[in-house]
Amino acid sequence: MKARRTAAVALSVLALTAVAACGKDGSPSASSNDSAAPQLPTYTVKTDVKLDASPVWTEAKKRGKLRIGAKSDQPFLGFEDLQTNKRNGFDIEIAKMIAADLGFSADQIEFTTVVSANRETSIGGGQIDYYVGTYSINDNRKKSVSFAGPYYIAGQDLLVNKDNTDITGPEATKGKSVCTVTGSTSIDKIKTYGANVTAYDTYTQCVEKLLTKEVDAVTTDDAILKGYAAKNAGKLKVVGKTFSTEKYGVGLKLDDAALRGAISDALKAHEDNGDWKKAYDATLGLSGSAAPAVPALERY
Amino acid sequence: MSTTRAAASVLYDVPGPKARLRYRLFGALGALGIAALLWYAVSSLADAGQFDADLWSIFQYTTVQQRILDGVLATLEAFALSAVGSLVLGALLAVGRLSDHRPIRAVATAVVQFFRAMPLLIMIFALYQAAFGAHPLWALVIGLTLYNGAVQAEVIRTGINAVPRGQAEAAYALGLRKTQVMAIVLIPQAVRSMLPAIIGQLVVTLKDTSLGYIITYPELLWEMKIIATNSDGYPYIPVVLVGTPIYILLCLALTGLAQWIEARGRRGANRRTTAAA
Amino acid sequence: MGILFEDGNFPLFVHGFLKTLELSALSALFALVLGTVLAAFRVSPVPVLRTFGTAWVTVFRNTPLTMLFFAVTFVLPPLDVHFDSFTLAVIALSVYTGSFVCEVLRAGINTVPLGQAEAARSLGMGFGQTLSLVVLPQAARTVLAPMGSVFIALPRNSAIAGGFNVAELFSVQKTLTEKGYAIVAIFVWLALAYLVISFAINAVFSTLERRLAVAR
Repeated sequence: MKARRTAAVALSVLALTAVAACGKDGSPSASSNDSAAPQLPTYTVKTDVKLDASPVWTEAKKRGKLRIGAKSDQPFLGFEDLQTNKRNGFDIEIAKMIAADLGFSADQIEFTTVVSANRETSIGGGQIDYYVGTYSINDNRKKSVSFAGPYYIAGQDLLVNKDNTDITGPEATKGKSVCTVTGSTSIDKIKTYGANVTAYDTYTQCVEKLLTKEVDAVTTDDAILKGYAAKNAGKLKVVGKTFSTEKYGVGLKLDDAALRGAISDALKAHEDNGDWKKAYDATLGLSGSAAPAVPALERY
Repeated sequence: MSTTRAAASVLYDVPGPKARLRYRLFGALGALGIAALLWYAVSSLADAGQFDADLWSIFQYTTVQQRILDGVLATLEAFALSAVGSLVLGALLAVGRLSDHRPIRAVATAVVQFFRAMPLLIMIFALYQAAFGAHPLWALVIGLTLYNGAVQAEVIRTGINAVPRGQAEAAYALGLRKTQVMAIVLIPQAVRSMLPAIIGQLVVTLKDTSLGYIITYPELLWEMKIIATNSDGYPYIPVVLVGTPIYILLCLALTGLAQWIEARGRRGANRRTTAAA
Repeated sequence: MGILFEDGNFPLFVHGFLKTLELSALSALFALVLGTVLAAFRVSPVPVLRTFGTAWVTVFRNTPLTMLFFAVTFVLPPLDVHFDSFTLAVIALSVYTGSFVCEVLRAGINTVPLGQAEAARSLGMGFGQTLSLVVLPQAARTVLAPMGSVFIALPRNSAIAGGFNVAELFSVQKTLTEKGYAIVAIFVWLALAYLVISFAINAVFSTLERRLAVAR
């Protein structure tokens, strides 16, 4: 019995090492080298930034690294490529823009994945310096974090299978099963239309359930949905009738007004010089929807 | 007293020729049934395209393999910290429950009963929200330590009570004080006799580190989930088929280690596991 | 502390509490059945069944429950097996707890001295009589305490279902935290709920132990 167990363990260790030995190095996917696709803008890092009034910024400067929270599973919005360990997406570009204006280059950024339910905890606990990840500004959240922005105005929408013809809008979800994420603002909204809500940890799990036809629709902001539609080309479509207004903002520590002001300045600067539109075209724009108008910043 | 193959057990007598035939028939039927079940499962998976090469290709990349390794290391780190913590806390609480002073006994009993009744996940989540938003590792470790410490306390207390009374009496007769008796005589023997139960609880601790995934601590299950959600085709099944054996291996390794320690302890001077009191 | 009674939280809490009870009770039932079947496999004289039982128990005892929930939620649907989240949670919990029940039963049966069974058989008792009159009563006494701890652990493990779309007490904790209430207050009420459940099960098993205790 003991010999059998030792043999089993030895075999499995050997198998694991064999797998490890044939490891492949990841390379960026070919589509990003496609010259016809819009290119990502480059950001010049400001070198003379002084934000001593911001405790979060001073701490980050001392550390030499800026810790940014983001999503890692929203294609074209906040996504982590597992083969290269690099992040890409519209929110990531916004984060990099802001970092450049705060005096941090792209390799001085440390991205951390934070799920929706833990955003306020991570910001308040100091695990991240700011958060860029489809973070809707609302008054309830303003009690625990502060927002800079909005940098994008999305609307709640529905993602359905390509061949689904009954769900043409939110009213048609009555009695149908709609999937979303725990802690998201979409839950209460879609419940008012009489839908049966199922909730998981991430949108990807919802999209997975949609693809296996276990839920009828996925609801959240149209930006996120467009990313998934683009990723699962030909299988899913966004209904296209938004029924709410979601203002995406950059979440940061509640009482750090200096950082908030600096981030708002950075957003304005990059919106004015065209970086915002270029970033959109190279990421979310790939899903087929044109860039909307740049939203006006709301400072407070 | 056993025949060629089958021996008597509590429920079944030594089989005669008819019984042996019957067992062989059941064996064949059982093997057929199990094979059919396995074949059904594997073919359904294959039909659903779960064994396609591209679905599994994500595991070829060194970055992904590194990710899995990081997950395993993070799991082991959380486990090591909680294991040490829970054993120390367990010993302290066990001693507290056996104390001569009523208030200490009451406090220790209350602590043990409370943490044994609380679900681990609720404690870990509350700790994460309350204080350790920045460091989920500590929320996980403290939660695990408190819960497993309470359980280990009961195990160690049972062990201490199982040590023959003569040991303690002899120790007192030699003039050792209460703390010395506990530390030098009782606890080592208690741990040695309760080692299987203690190691069993340590295996539970190892498995419960997977709860870290709900508070975003990047241990193995968390990394596996990211691999599943971020790769083309959403390879949940390959991820589960790779992740589960890793956990099973870790737990079996821990159990094997425990048995090795126990076997070593029984050699040499300690060949008598219970002292003749 | 009175957060429970404001803003419609009380029905939410009660609903979650009842869901936890329902989940635990159903899983306990299935775990008992599954555990008994597996124990029967593991002590059976047929080697194939013994190997199957051992393999099953080894796999499910050494896999974390979270991983099991994960597997059940995402592996079954592509195999065209569609259940709602509650049923999936019951499946995951019963399979996990069933393997522990099996181990406890097996250990219990093994503590009965072989001589008892041999004496019973030499008196001419059949399999059923040996089992019900001689083996089980003695095994039950050893089995009761560890079985109690397995069944006390069950409601605690059911909390994990809250992360997989079942509206029990853990998801109540998440909802209340999302609403912004103080963490300590939420924790106190949840602790109370689980303490009640724990004491109830403890009481049941203590009564059973006392009933079956033998005066020595």
